[in-house]
Order: sequence, then structure tokens, then C-alpha cells
Amino acid sequence: MDVPLPDPLRPRIARVRSTHREGPEVCTLELETDQDPPAGFAPGQFNMLTAFGVGEVPISFSGDPAEPRRVRHTVRAVGAVSSALVRLHAGAPLGVRGPFGTGWPLPEAAGRDVVLIAGGLGIAPLRPALYQLLGARSRYGRLTLLYGARGPRDILFRRELDAWRTRTDLTVEMTVDHAARPWHGHVGVVTTLIERARFDAQRTLALVCGPEIMMRFAAEALGAGGIAPEAIFLSLERNMHCGIGTCGHCQLGGLLVCRDGPVVRYARVRDALRVREL
Amino acid sequence: MSSQMNSAHVIDVTGFNHLLGWLGERGYRIVGPTVRDGAIAYDDLAGAGDLPRGWTDEQAPGHYRLRRRNDTALFGYAVGAHSYKRFFHPPWEALWHARREPETLQAQDEPSSTQRLALIGVRACEIRAIAIQDRVLLERDPQYRARRAEVFIVAVNCTTPSGTCFCASMQAGPQVSTGFDVVLTELCSADPPVFVVRVATAAGREALTAITHRAATETEMAVAESALRYAAEHMGRQMPGADLAPLLRRNLEHPRWNAVAERCLACGNCTAVCPTCFCTTVEDTSDLSGRALSRSRRWDSCFTAEFSYVHGGSVRPSTRARYRQWMTHKLATWPEQFGTSGCVGCGRCITWCPVGIDITEELAALGADSAA
Amino acid sequence: MEPLEHIIAAHPLFAGLRPEYTHLIGGCVHNMRFEPGEFLLQHGAPAAEFYLLRHGRVALALGAPGRGTLTVQTLGPGELLGVSWLVTPYRWMYDAQALEPVGAIAIDAACLRAKSEADHDLGFELAQRFMAVLVRRLHAARLQLLDVYGTHR
Repeated sequence: MDVPLPDPLRPRIARVRSTHREGPEVCTLELETDQDPPAGFAPGQFNMLTAFGVGEVPISFSGDPAEPRRVRHTVRAVGAVSSALVRLHAGAPLGVRGPFGTGWPLPEAAGRDVVLIAGGLGIAPLRPALYQLLGARSRYGRLTLLYGARGPRDILFRRELDAWRTRTDLTVEMTVDHAARPWHGHVGVVTTLIERARFDAQRTLALVCGPEIMMRFAAEALGAGGIAPEAIFLSLERNMHCGIGTCGHCQLGGLLVCRDGPVVRYARVRDALRVREL
Repeated sequence: MSSQMNSAHVIDVTGFNHLLGWLGERGYRIVGPTVRDGAIAYDDLAGAGDLPRGWTDEQAPGHYRLRRRNDTALFGYAVGAHSYKRFFHPPWEALWHARREPETLQAQDEPSSTQRLALIGVRACEIRAIAIQDRVLLERDPQYRARRAEVFIVAVNCTTPSGTCFCASMQAGPQVSTGFDVVLTELCSADPPVFVVRVATAAGREALTAITHRAATETEMAVAESALRYAAEHMGRQMPGADLAPLLRRNLEHPRWNAVAERCLACGNCTAVCPTCFCTTVEDTSDLSGRALSRSRRWDSCFTAEFSYVHGGSVRPSTRARYRQWMTHKLATWPEQFGTSGCVGCGRCITWCPVGIDITEELAALGADSAA
Repeated sequence: MEPLEHIIAAHPLFAGLRPEYTHLIGGCVHNMRFEPGEFLLQHGAPAAEFYLLRHGRVALALGAPGRGTLTVQTLGPGELLGVSWLVTPYRWMYDAQALEPVGAIAIDAACLRAKSEADHDLGFELAQRFMAVLVRRLHAARLQLLDVYGTHR
């Protein structure tokens, strides 16, 4: 028989090195694993994280791919497993399987303008892409980050965003859906930032991550701005369970999102996203 | 391939028993059809006596009964609710367990069975189903791969299709053409029956050599062929011949989905009996102290609300969407994902549906309206 | 062309407008500046003048007892501020307050309505442009209403 492959269904055991609270119910976990060399990942990929005794959920990498020993995941407490993950403290064990799925098309972005559009927690899977773009800044044209959040206190990675806003080689625009004073930033949905942004439609590649409705609106707004569906990429959310395309839970039409996604070209999923309950 | 492989031989029931004996001596766990709880079920066989000798089945949408035959045929029935899926991709299995101590946490794989498996009486639809599951799981799932490693298949050409069978229109049967070691065609013109035998592998030839056999006569071969022809012509159902994937893709909002959803109970029977449905879910458990941890995997069904759960709720809250998912996956998106249809035409989903929903009828209805 | 007409012609709302229409509109406009905190519109006041924003940002907001001031939208350069002048009773529904030093072209609403009434071709041209803004804002408002980032438990 062939040399047995490593079992993709068995989690490696990692420990929480540190935790960082990002906002209400949102926490970034930094992990340490004894994996040597570390697995590495492509921006946009995800791990399956196990809270032992509770269950397993797919969580995107949110750290810098250039620092493979600093595996970071940003988790929002929305269900039993993610709530258990958010409650973990430094030193606690957790299970890790992955990396799984497709990444953002950064090779395709070389020489082009890139606009990253994040909604809510969608900033987390885009952050590794931004790190990588900034890490090889000269390889790309204009870089723009448009970020919409629910309210001012829901803005994640606040300090990092403030630092990025001072850069001259990156445009950062943020908006919130709802705000009471003293917020002085934009109020309005993230698509309003797209309408205001100026980009060269022929040169631009758009990377979009957020709730599905937000991504559909964003893709439409980008389309209205002249960007072709082939130049728009979305990160889909479905019920990823196994990560290897064998459990069937994450289907969207012909896609097995854990295997063929989560990052997909909008042209490939546009029709499927328009069918309700597909 | 030697001429002996292509040529036809004949064995009798004694020879068949010797074949089982030969397999048993080689350490094979022998599994095949047997009568249990008023239905054909797959279970361990000690000998030909455990087969459903003299039984046949009566199948229709939502209907299954065993009836006595007026002979002693060993394979005179179609498939029951079981498929061989359960032996390679079991309904439940432990994946790993772990022990949490104050300072450590250690996970261990569950030991996987490596026993050789001999499947007896495997129909063409079952063989196609195994090939389809291989496409989905063999390269990706180590547990499945381990169970598929050493398998001996004694296939049976199906001469008794049921009222819900449609393998002929799925080009999956009734004749077995690949994926077996030995294939039998039962000749019921004799009572007790005899079997026309062909072998396809070295292991199959070795088995045949070890048991009493003789060359098949021209008449016997002709009878076997005509029995297969008869079976192909007497399928209880037929899948419409149109290209199914585009037809389904065009009709994702067809009103027929609403109609079928009014009947469908979303019970998941169709997915449980389907020989190709592969979906699973995992469950984590711990003891009260939180120290003994384990993960298991079990069959899941796209008919449950939890199946498509994303944070906040189900992607497919309606029965309409779940039935559409099941059927379009089977017939339209499966080819996209795995390069093969997900349906073999075994008819189980029709027979075991408590309200008798018929996949061939549903597809015909979509096709009829959209052509108009 | 008068300087203000250049500004009108350069504003996205009137991009590509026929020069004679730009000239007609030019007769209804004047330049305005607002300091941060200054109100451009006030809830309930007559919608006499609306604005084409040139620089600086403006918050559309309402005071809500116990919740402070709730901003529903911010608008900036290149955008239209004020749509209630389009329909009776021609009264503002929100406060608009400058968040930064704001430069804007103020357009006399009654003047523009009268010119549109006199020349329906102009009126139709303008109606299409205002309609596009309104539809986009309706979509945005509905998306806002969906609260897509909420946890929905």
C-alpha cells in the first residue's frame, strides 16, 4: 500500500499563546504549535479549530503569512464552539486542522490596483492579504481598503487601521452603519464608499469579504463602477465541517466551498448567489 | 487477460458454498444479503443457507414486501434498504479520543479494522455506487481508504429488477461490467439453481480454480443473456433521457419544487438508503469531568435544518430547498464535483420514501413543463 | 461661462449636462461655506435651498432623547445634500451639520422648480439625475436596515 497520508481529520494540538480582545464578542487568538516547520497558509485560507469537548468550527487566518509561527485567528462568539474559543485563555489547548481552502488571488494582483472591501468581521480574512500586499508594496498599483462596520465600537483592528491610515501608499476608508456622536467618521453602508472611491476599472482587482448580502451589494456596486465579475473575488461562508470536500455540508450549487472556496471569483457564483436557499 | 477470464463456467449451489468456504479460509469477513425483519439486509454469511433462498421482493413507491418464490433461487430479488456503503463508510464511527490532564492533552486515533472483506451478491447498481463513493472518498478519506484496501467482490447479474428499479436508464445495470472479481448469473431454469460464472481478476480466477466448476454450455450462456435482456426491459421505472444537469439548472425556481415539498416529510430516509449519499457530520463529546474527550462521525442528511447551518440559522430553512438540494446534487452538481452522476438507478429512495416520492417522476415533471 | 457654471458642470450630479441647462441652473445658485458644527439643513425648516457638496463632510442626523444624536448618513464631496425640496411640503426631514469646513454650491429650490416647470426637457433631465441618487440612497438605506453585521441570534 502507499505511504499513508497524514490524517486530515485528526486535529493537531495547539495552545493559546495570547488573546487579544478586538471588540464586543470578538477576540484574536494567537496560537503556538509544536509543528516544525509550521504549516504556513495563504491569505484567505482557514483552519478548523476545535474547542475540546464542544466542537469544531472553520475560522480564517487573520495573521501575517510572513510570520508562520504566529498563527492568529479572529473569532466572534456566535455559537457554542466560537463562544468557547473566545473564552480560552493563554495556555489552553485547542485543536487545529488545516489550512484548508483557496486563498485570495494575490499572484493575479501583481501589477494591478487592488481594492479590499471588508464588512464586519470580514476584515479578519482580508488582513493577511493586506499584510502580504504591503509586504511587497512595489509589486502592486494603488491599494485601497474600504471597511464597513455596524457601529464605531465594532471596528476591529482599530490601532492597526489608524496606523494604516497614515500611510501614503494605502487609502483606508471606514464607515459604520449606525452611529451616535461622538463618531466623526462616515455613516452609511460600505457600498457608499465604493460609489465614492475612484478606481481604474480596467486595472483593479477587488477582494470582498463580509456577510453574503453585503458582498452581493458590494459586487453590484463594483459592477456599476465598471469592474468585471472576473476581477471580483468573494470569500463565501457556508457550513464547513470537514475541510476536505467529503462531508457535503458546505455546498453552494456545484461548489464545495471548503475545497473550491472560500475565495471564489464572483463570475463563478453570481448566479448561484441569486437563488434563494440554494 | 487469459482466455479463462473471458470464458463462462458453471457452478452449482455446492460450488457456490465452496466459494464462500474458500473466502472464509483466506480470512475474509463474508457479507451478503440475508432476510432480517421482513426485508433483505446485508449481514455476515456463514454459508449459502443464510442467503434469502426462495424469497423475492415486491417494491413500489413507499412499498416493500418480501414474498415467497416458487423456487429456491438464492438471488431472486432486487436490493433492500441496505447498501454496501455501510461497510466502507459506516453509519457511525469513532474518529479519535483524547485525555485531558492538568498539564497535557493527548489525542489518539481509534483503531481501524483492517479485516479483508468479501461482498457476496453485489448488483451492478451497487458496484456503480461503490465506484461513485470511491470517487468522492478514496483519495480524501483515510478511514474509507483503509476499508476499501482488501475487498473481494462476488457480483451477481440482476435478473429480477423491482418495481422501482431504473438502473438501465442510468447506464448502471443490470449487467455487471466492471469492478468485480467474480460475477454470477443465476439460472433459475434449474431448481436448485446453477450459476454462470465469469472471473475478472487473478484472485477471482484463483477462487474459481479452487472450486468445482465446468464450462458453460451455449444454451446456458444464451439463457443467462436472455435473463439479462429481460431484466433490462422490465425496469419498474425509467429516468428521462434528457441531459439532466442543464435541465435542473434551468429549473431551480420551478413550481414543482413547491408541490414536492408539500408531500416531502424531510425525514431523510432517501439519504439513508441511497448507496451514494456520503454526507457526514461530526460530534464531539466529553465526560462530566471534561477530561475524556472524543469525536465521532455519523451519516448526516441534507434534509435536516442543521445540515446547512451557518451562524444564525440554516441556509435552507424550507423543505423545498432541501429536496431541491438533494435532487440537484444527485443529478446535476455531483458530476461537476466528482465527474460522475450521483444516481445509480437502484430505486431505494422511491421504495423507502414514506410518501412515495419518485425521483424519476419529479424529474419528468420538471422536464415536461420546461420543454413546453 | 460663469465660474459657478464651471463648478456645476464639473459636479458629478450634473456631469454631461447640456451647456444651456448648466447656464439655466447657474441662474439659481450661489457659493456657500460652513464651519464645523454649523447646520446646513434643519429638521422641519422650509427646504428652500439644497447643496452640491464640493469639499468637507456633512452628517445627516436626528436628535433622539436618551440616545444623543443619531447619524443616519454622512455625505461628502461630489454628493447631493437635500432632497425634500423635490416634493411638497418642501420641508427638511433631517438636520445636516458640517463635520469639517464645508464648501458647497447652494441651489435655490423654488428657482430650479420654476425652470423645470417652464422647460420640461430640463425638468426630465434633472428628474432622472435626482432619481438615480434617490434610488441609490433607498438601496443603501435598506441595506442599513438589514443590519447585516448583527449576530441575529
